[in-house]
Amino acid sequence: MANIETARIAQNIHFKELVHERTRFGTILTGIMLVIYFGFIGLIAFDKALLATKIGSGTASLGLVLGVAVIVLAFILTGIYVQRANGRFDDLTAKLKRDLGQ
Amino acid sequence: MTRLSHPLVLGTALAVVAAGAAYAAGPDLGAVTQSATNWPAIGMFAFFVLFTLGITYKAAKGTKSAADFYAAGGGISAGTNSLAIAGDYMSAASFLGISGLVYTSGFDGLIYSTGFLVGWPIVLFLIAERLRNLGKFTFADVASFRLDQTSIRIISAVGTLVVVAFYLIAQMVGAGKLIQLLFGLPYLYAVIIVGVLMIVYVAFGGMKATTWVQVIKACLLLGGATFMAIAVLYKYGFNPEALFSAAVATHPKGDAIMAPGGLVSNPVEAISLGIGLMFGTAGLPHILMRFFTVSDAQAARKSVFYATGLIGYFYILTFIIGFGGIALLMSDPVYFKLGPAGAFDKLKDMIGGTNMVAVNLANAVGGPYFLGFISAVAFATILAVVAGLTLAGASAVSHDLYASVIARGRTNEASEVRLSKIAAVVIGIVAIYLGYVFENQNVAFMVGLAFSVAASCNFPVLAMSILWRGTTTWGALIGGFVGLFAAVGMVVLSKAVWVTTFGNPVAIFPYDNPALFSMPLAFLTIYVVSKLDNTRRAQRERALFDEQFIRSETGIGASGAHAH
Repeated sequence: MANIETARIAQNIHFKELVHERTRFGTILTGIMLVIYFGFIGLIAFDKALLATKIGSGTASLGLVLGVAVIVLAFILTGIYVQRANGRFDDLTAKLKRDLGQ
Repeated sequence: MTRLSHPLVLGTALAVVAAGAAYAAGPDLGAVTQSATNWPAIGMFAFFVLFTLGITYKAAKGTKSAADFYAAGGGISAGTNSLAIAGDYMSAASFLGISGLVYTSGFDGLIYSTGFLVGWPIVLFLIAERLRNLGKFTFADVASFRLDQTSIRIISAVGTLVVVAFYLIAQMVGAGKLIQLLFGLPYLYAVIIVGVLMIVYVAFGGMKATTWVQVIKACLLLGGATFMAIAVLYKYGFNPEALFSAAVATHPKGDAIMAPGGLVSNPVEAISLGIGLMFGTAGLPHILMRFFTVSDAQAARKSVFYATGLIGYFYILTFIIGFGGIALLMSDPVYFKLGPAGAFDKLKDMIGGTNMVAVNLANAVGGPYFLGFISAVAFATILAVVAGLTLAGASAVSHDLYASVIARGRTNEASEVRLSKIAAVVIGIVAIYLGYVFENQNVAFMVGLAFSVAASCNFPVLAMSILWRGTTTWGALIGGFVGLFAAVGMVVLSKAVWVTTFGNPVAIFPYDNPALFSMPLAFLTIYVVSKLDNTRRAQRERALFDEQFIRSETGIGASGAHAH
């Protein structure tokens, strides 16, 4: 890839949009995942009593529900990213490639 | 909870769980005694071996080029790849170890499950697509895209081989102990069988065979675990609440098993473990290689999505299996070594140790043939994981060290692939030898160490070279080695090695998990050294970032990596 080509892509409006949106989206989702997981670990380390709280009158504890929720949320977050990437980001990439005549 | 002070027997197989050995330590399991030869299990395992050897034979005929050997020609679909990724991750350690941990501690088992899973979203958001867009066969291809080939390939290959070595030792020793127990075969035979089979898979079938072995095993393991979980829930009318009450009523710790126990008492330790698990995932060479086996970035991202679902599902199954073990096995003396007057300790006296919970439960819900099936699956699991590790190690030797550093590009594909096969054979023989030597050593900390090194060496080098313009060769090289030595050094000075293995009275490094310290240290070193680096090469490398950036974001220019 020649330098001129590199500069041309870097200036392309669709490329800029793609990079800007994906970087922001990826950063936000990474942040959410870190907060969820280290929030859970933080509760385990600092507030065991809260996690031992029973749900209703049953045996299951809040900690159990939250633990399973961390697993489910991790999966959902990846799903959200993939859906967005397959739609919006792939569209932008396709537009960019069209602009470049590929 | 007390630490294991001497070889932790089957627990060594479960070394992944011991990522935080200090608080993962279960009750002492005593010495493994070889059990009676288990013919149904051996029969089913023999069937698995024959079937996978057939696949290897077919794969070998289609494996000609380097792209075939390292990346299965880029022809693996997203669905298949996700099963292979999940398979690499669902080791015998996660299956037997986490269900055993749930059995002894209840809720605490969930801490490991979540830790192992949350690395995947990070891999997806930051690494997967860019890796696929930039790379060819190994993650060193990506890290050295605009940096100096020789230096970066050396640090990447060293990081890869260290991770592979520790992981392999833990798996080999675990395999030997497990097979001794499940199949009634002598330890050395077991280690040799595993070593020879993994050499055959990798050397003849390359990535294609390694992937299919992993996929088949993942299906068997998921199927077997699903059956067990359903059988457990069936006994309680598909009402988890009924299962939990039965477990609480039976477990000696009673209601405490529903709440966090002593496993995570120290916040620093907990966070360090979490960081190691989370970012180690993004630096495991045998996992990163899987992103090059798919056709494009879209397939790479779909693989992670499906794999995350499969792995999460699997961890929920192990949790149900662990609770099923409490409810169904704990009151049944058949599964315990009985003391005088038939007394037994529900947590300590299980036959084969608490890591056998899943295996004993298989017998309880499915009878001896299902027990044989689960035993065979556990063996197949270890085999598939070591094959993946061997391939990653062999690729680092042939593709990174030989082709780029020693021959400096003056080689051809055929001799590179040949060298890779030789490397696979050598790694296999070394693994058998190390498995033999380490039979009675405490290797439980080794998988944890592998994760820490991956998080402190491979991941920082990879992430900084892809994401930060300022990264230079000197920065990546020195930072990578600093992370590597810091992680290994801190583990050596920690309790697991300094006190348990070397017999010193006090640990110099107070924590068992170094990642909280060693990973930021690596990032900081890369940053500082790169900032100070103003050589002409460094300037050229920064200037080349734009080109790399465009390709990593769009994949433009990446086509042809797998011309087929």
